[in-house]
Amino acid sequence: MSEWIEACGADDIDEEDVIRFDHAGHTFAIYRSPDDEYFATDGLCTHEQVHLSGGLVMDDIIECPKHNGRFNYKTGEAKGAPVCVNLKTYPVKIEGGKVLIQVG
Amino acid sequence: MGIAVTGAAVRPNKRDYSLIGRDSRLAVENGLAAAEWYHTDVPRKQMKELMKRSDGPAIRDTAIWIAAFVVSAAGGIWFWGTWWCVPFFFAYGVLYGSSSDSRWHECGHGTAFRTQWMNDAVYQVACFMIMRNPVTWRWSHTRHHTDTVIVGRDPEIAVMRPSDLARLVLNFVGILDAWHAMADMARNAAGVIGAEEATFIPESERPKAIRVARIWLAIYLATVALALALHSWLPLMLVGLPRLYGAWHMVLTGLLQHGGLADNVIDHRLNSRTVYMNPVSRFVYWNMNYHVEHHMFPMVPYHALPKLHDLIKHDLPAPCPSIWAGYREMIPAFLRQLRYEDYYLRRELPPTAKPYREELHQDDRMLAAAE
Repeated sequence: MSEWIEACGADDIDEEDVIRFDHAGHTFAIYRSPDDEYFATDGLCTHEQVHLSGGLVMDDIIECPKHNGRFNYKTGEAKGAPVCVNLKTYPVKIEGGKVLIQVG
Repeated sequence: MGIAVTGAAVRPNKRDYSLIGRDSRLAVENGLAAAEWYHTDVPRKQMKELMKRSDGPAIRDTAIWIAAFVVSAAGGIWFWGTWWCVPFFFAYGVLYGSSSDSRWHECGHGTAFRTQWMNDAVYQVACFMIMRNPVTWRWSHTRHHTDTVIVGRDPEIAVMRPSDLARLVLNFVGILDAWHAMADMARNAAGVIGAEEATFIPESERPKAIRVARIWLAIYLATVALALALHSWLPLMLVGLPRLYGAWHMVLTGLLQHGGLADNVIDHRLNSRTVYMNPVSRFVYWNMNYHVEHHMFPMVPYHALPKLHDLIKHDLPAPCPSIWAGYREMIPAFLRQLRYEDYYLRRELPPTAKPYREELHQDDRMLAAAE
């Protein structure tokens, strides 16, 4: 059963940046794009389980801080070696200045 | 055979560097594989600034690089057959056989340029010159960053213990490296991926490695054919041989990265070395002399490493003040390791640094101090 959960305040994330959000034993990455849109993916790189929140957001790309693997955080698409498996993405909405993601 | 204790781990003294051997298995069992490594605290805002990508510095450096190639190659060809060609081929060789190493490295990380196709283009060219299959070595270097100088896991340990000094010396002229590279290329071109390569190259990537090897083989065969047709070594002086006669600078700087330092630790301050170098070497080497910094934060582009160094040096061992100083400490360590394989140079931290996690490295401290 899916549910919407509050991840953080919309202002908690700088533009073109990412933060980590942990919930129920699962870790997520919450992104704010340069266009001021919000996105959410699994928080760990599919290559070696490194937290993406330490990585670099450039346009619609998140780059893993360990091996520079790149994903499109809007679609979850792995953009090439060393990442081969796509990231899972989650629906996001903003309500009352809060970022909510749909999990489950 | 004696037993040495590493942290909570137990391992026989004699190291097994095979990626499918005993120490590979032990590294996994002992938690050294894909471990959590130490990082100096850097505020996110500053780290974002340091990680920021830009095309400018790498375009500038690549333009200089290409111009230097053209001038040195033209001079070498023009003066071919006279002694005047020597300085031109000296420069061309260093560009081809040494600077290609750092271009391979930085563009492989995808940090040199902001624009990814530029990273990819320079990466492919540099891979050819340094004779490293772009697929194989991308994955090999990924493992090097996951398991830096972890015996049995890291495929890029340049100096194994005890040091094979003859091999080290021969590599200053690239002989063994090039020989192995050619053998790997021929094997891959025949459609075979080796057992060790298979430990770090995903199955889906292997056809790409084979395709590249076949293209390269065709280029080398064409170069040899041209040399035979012209009855001249000149084509090979421009393609292939510079990997031998120009490799010395790559080896000179590359050995300093981890040589003589600790293995099987999970703190880059213990197993990597930062060395202050002259501007020419730093251009050839693209600032990889800041090696502790690079390993701790591989997202930071080469042109921002001096800034990163200034920001975190309070938490790092003092850098070696020169290449010469690096070799003055490293060569005696290599010689001592011939008799006592567990010996290594332990990097002392300044009082401002966070201490090493001694519970992980305590026995290694004793080994470093031992005669």
